[in-house]
Amino acid sequence: ARALTPQTAETDAIRFLVGTQSLRYDNQIHIIDFDDENNIINKNVLLHQVGEIWHITTSPADKGVLATCYNKTSDTKVMTCAAVWRMPKELESGSHESPDDSSSNTQTLELLCHLDNTAYGNMACVMWEPMGDGKKIISLADNNILLWDLQESSAKAVLSSSAALEGKGQLKFTSGRWSPHHNCSQIATANDTTVRGWDTRSMRQIYCIENAHGQLVRDLDFNPNKQYYLASCGDDCKVKFWDTRNVTEPVKTLEEHSHWVWNVRYNHSHDQLILTGSSDSRVILSNMVSISSEPFGHMVDDDELSDQEDQHQEEKIKEPLQDSVIATYEEHEDSVYAVEWSSADPWLFASLSYDGRLVINRVPRALKYHILL
Amino acid sequence: SGAGNGTGGSPEAASAAGGTGGGGWRRPHGPLQRYYGPSAAEAAAEAPPDPTDINGPHFDPEVFMTKVRNECPLGQLLARETALGREIRALDSDMQTLLYENYNKFISATDTIRKMKVDFRHMEAEMDDLAANMAAISASSARVSAALQDRHRRGAQLAGVQALLRKLQALLEVPGRLRRWAGTEPARALRCYGRARTVLRHYRHLPSFRAIEDESHAIMADLARRLRTRLREETLDPKELTECVEMLLQLEEPPEELSEEFLSQAGARLEAELAALEAELPTSDPSGVATTPPPASDILDFVDRGSSAFVGTLCQLAGSYRTLFGEDTGRLEPFAATLATRYFGLLERRLALERGLGDTSLLVRALDRFHRRLRALLELLPAGADAAAELVARAARERVDRYLRALQTFFLGCLGDVRQALAAPRPPGKEGPGLPDLLATLAASVLGQLKAVLAYVQLFTARDVAFASLPYFKGEFCVTAVREGLVVAFVRWLCRTARGFADGPAEKGAPAAPPALLLLLARLCLDYESSTISYILTLTDEQFPPLDSGPPVTPGPALCAEARAAAQRLLDHYVQVQGAAVAQMLRKSVETRDWLGTVEPRNVRAVMKRVVEDITAIDVQVGQLFEEGVRRAQSSDSSRRAFSVYSSSRAPGRYAPSYTPSAPMDTHLLSNIQKLFSERIDIFSPVEFNKVSVLTGIIKISLKTLLECVRLRTLGRFGLQQVQVDGHYLQLYLWRFASDERVVQGLLDEVAASAAHRCLDPVPMEHSVVELICERG
Repeated sequence: ARALTPQTAETDAIRFLVGTQSLRYDNQIHIIDFDDENNIINKNVLLHQVGEIWHITTSPADKGVLATCYNKTSDTKVMTCAAVWRMPKELESGSHESPDDSSSNTQTLELLCHLDNTAYGNMACVMWEPMGDGKKIISLADNNILLWDLQESSAKAVLSSSAALEGKGQLKFTSGRWSPHHNCSQIATANDTTVRGWDTRSMRQIYCIENAHGQLVRDLDFNPNKQYYLASCGDDCKVKFWDTRNVTEPVKTLEEHSHWVWNVRYNHSHDQLILTGSSDSRVILSNMVSISSEPFGHMVDDDELSDQEDQHQEEKIKEPLQDSVIATYEEHEDSVYAVEWSSADPWLFASLSYDGRLVINRVPRALKYHILL
Repeated sequence: SGAGNGTGGSPEAASAAGGTGGGGWRRPHGPLQRYYGPSAAEAAAEAPPDPTDINGPHFDPEVFMTKVRNECPLGQLLARETALGREIRALDSDMQTLLYENYNKFISATDTIRKMKVDFRHMEAEMDDLAANMAAISASSARVSAALQDRHRRGAQLAGVQALLRKLQALLEVPGRLRRWAGTEPARALRCYGRARTVLRHYRHLPSFRAIEDESHAIMADLARRLRTRLREETLDPKELTECVEMLLQLEEPPEELSEEFLSQAGARLEAELAALEAELPTSDPSGVATTPPPASDILDFVDRGSSAFVGTLCQLAGSYRTLFGEDTGRLEPFAATLATRYFGLLERRLALERGLGDTSLLVRALDRFHRRLRALLELLPAGADAAAELVARAARERVDRYLRALQTFFLGCLGDVRQALAAPRPPGKEGPGLPDLLATLAASVLGQLKAVLAYVQLFTARDVAFASLPYFKGEFCVTAVREGLVVAFVRWLCRTARGFADGPAEKGAPAAPPALLLLLARLCLDYESSTISYILTLTDEQFPPLDSGPPVTPGPALCAEARAAAQRLLDHYVQVQGAAVAQMLRKSVETRDWLGTVEPRNVRAVMKRVVEDITAIDVQVGQLFEEGVRRAQSSDSSRRAFSVYSSSRAPGRYAPSYTPSAPMDTHLLSNIQKLFSERIDIFSPVEFNKVSVLTGIIKISLKTLLECVRLRTLGRFGLQQVQVDGHYLQLYLWRFASDERVVQGLLDEVAASAAHRCLDPVPMEHSVVELICERG
């Protein structure tokens, strides 16, 4: 399985969605609930019969709405399509019944609309507007960027604008992210070794990082707190951090993995925490303090501090954390294709490997307190 | 022990001794007891002295007799009596013999004493005679000397008168002589005047002497006037100048005024010489650098002239100043210092003109000469010593720096040659120069150049060069400048440059170094680590022995570690570059193919053949420079058979559908369990310095790429079969390159499993057919 996403609109419960890949059986979406207090995992299964799931995202506004990219296979042809779905109401906020008879209570997703891509090619990924009301979706199809408007409570998807990447050879987008900054008017895409930034209003390219990686770029993520900072990872085993105002040199490069890095994710609230997953079966959590929005530890407003605390604060500033690898997680036996932070608990993350194993981990307690205090 | 034996001659006595001694078994312990001191109990037992001990101090004959009488039988008593009698007789005879001998000696001593008495009486008479004779001799000698005294006195008086007369005569002649010599030989006149002056002054109350004095005074004043005019002339050489001033001094002219005059004259002269030297230097305007003509004369010539003219004159003048005006050099020192500073300045400008790498020996000789000449001057002028030494040291350092740069340029040139040789199109059928040859040429030429440079630099510390004995050249120069500044810096730079090939180009998109060059440099760095660095350092330490107390030096192992790190980095980069090339090929081939609609495989795909070809080529390339390395021991034949058995028997099981919606984790249970027992494979991991390890690295990268790419595709039945054929082909040809063929096999198994999983209609091909196709391909 490759598709993993947190339930973005959910802020109370820790919930992840996992899509399966199987060519010969009905595919499913598993809703994984993690009960932090009791350390219990609950699972609910939804059938997704149209095909194997390559990419999955959830709406930032509506807990029950999600979008998938899936393969439709016939005997001679494989086509990747995308659709928006709604899950049954009772599963939206998770049911805590024990999953002992999970096969019997499987339910089916309700199809809201297809993103019609017959003219544009295979869908690589779907992105929701991060801060929006769940009405705007961008999908990448081969060399096209498609911006959709969902109308009539998502029952209809209207293509509002699109852009195509022209160039020599067969250009294909591999991945993209929607920036939460600039009023959500920018997205970044990756194709081959290049990273490009686009303005969604004019659908024009605004920056381009040529040869961002030695080989294929696999994934991107925007720093949620620093508007020009972007992380990318790729087949050269590296994770690079860019300032999009200066595209000639990466700000920082990490070389910790021993194979392709498939996924890179910034923590939503503490952007020094970087999660990467790689096909060397490892998940690495790194602490990139020096390029985070809090390079000297957590800043407390000066006004709120009494003199005593002031001194205390100064002492702490004197020993900033170094950039370092916090932990390497080796629970997976096969390539890790997806890592995601939980949307509800910023200290929790999940990783998914090819063999279907989902691992949920926490940020080490010591580090957590170091960041918080 | 004599006591014991004496009494213990009979068993009875022995038993008696035993009774008093406290038991026979205890006797061997005697020494021990004595050593440790008797314990209290023992002391009490042994306290009464034994009166029966015939040799002991407490022997009591009564007690003994009584004891013997009481204890011994008659036979034994008799035997004992005879023995005692025999012993007493023997003692008696011994005593007599001793008595005789002593008596004889006494008698002979008495005789000798008597003889000595007679001889002494003779000697006394002779001594009396001798004393009488000596008295007579001394009386007659006194008489003779009294007779001669008178005559002596008269002779001496006559001689004195004659001398006085002669002096008077000379005095009378003084004015005439002075007049005669004043014109032609002023020095002689001065000498004459100087002799006469005191006498004349002494007798000036006599009218005749006074006339003489006045006349000679007049003559000398005239002479002084003439000398002064001469002093102001420009053309005097230093020697004449000195003479002139010396004479004036003798004429009691004021020395202050004279020294000033002297210095100003000397100054003018030296200025002229400096100006002549300066004229040779090009005008030092910064804009005219390009137009600066090459210096007219070489440095040795320049220094030669400078030292012979300027330094020589300065020395001479300073020396004469000292003799003339005494040791007070208050005025001389600043004078000489300013001039010397100017001279150093000129020399420095001239040295600065020595761009490029001229003849070092010439430079060394020039500096040496400079330093030697200066030593004389420095005795007069201690302050200049530091400046001069500093100048020489600076020049030497400058030269060493230049050598370092030259070495670097040379190395870059060599690298350029190597690159060219690598890139040169090879005529078909003819191999270009092999990598080992290139490596050997490169290493040898660099080492040779380094040695040559060291030999040049060594000139600075040669035994016959005067300044080599300066403390700077003995210690700091060897360590800081040569060892650290030249040798260590070069090795470091080399490692850095080599690393640069691995680190740099990938980022910049600059033309990347050809993989063969990376390989070559990796080997070079490795060679440096294993032998060359220690060789170079030993050589340097031999030629420039460091002082024990000198500044700390970079240890050899640190450099070796650097070189090793560079080599590792280069080799890793080589593996990545080559691996990426092969991987790219595989990726493109997988991505561009339509795996669903493909036809039944009849051949191995061309790209696989190409991969095998490339890897074989890499194998040859690496084999030229690196050792074979260790392969995990496994007979090739048996393992190949093992693979075929394995894949044919196991594969169907793995392809069998095991997926159920309720338990998706079961799908890969089999492979998971299998993985638990196999080691995790690090794909881009550091390699070892041998061929097998390098090749294994490249193969791992390639196969992992194949695996990941296959997982992204959806295959039809024939697609799966094609992957199966390709995998088997790779297995057939790649196992021999890898250090552990299980790695290859494991990765290929995963490819097959993944392909099966990604297949819509997983019907594997008959293994025999696969083998047939592969063998035909």
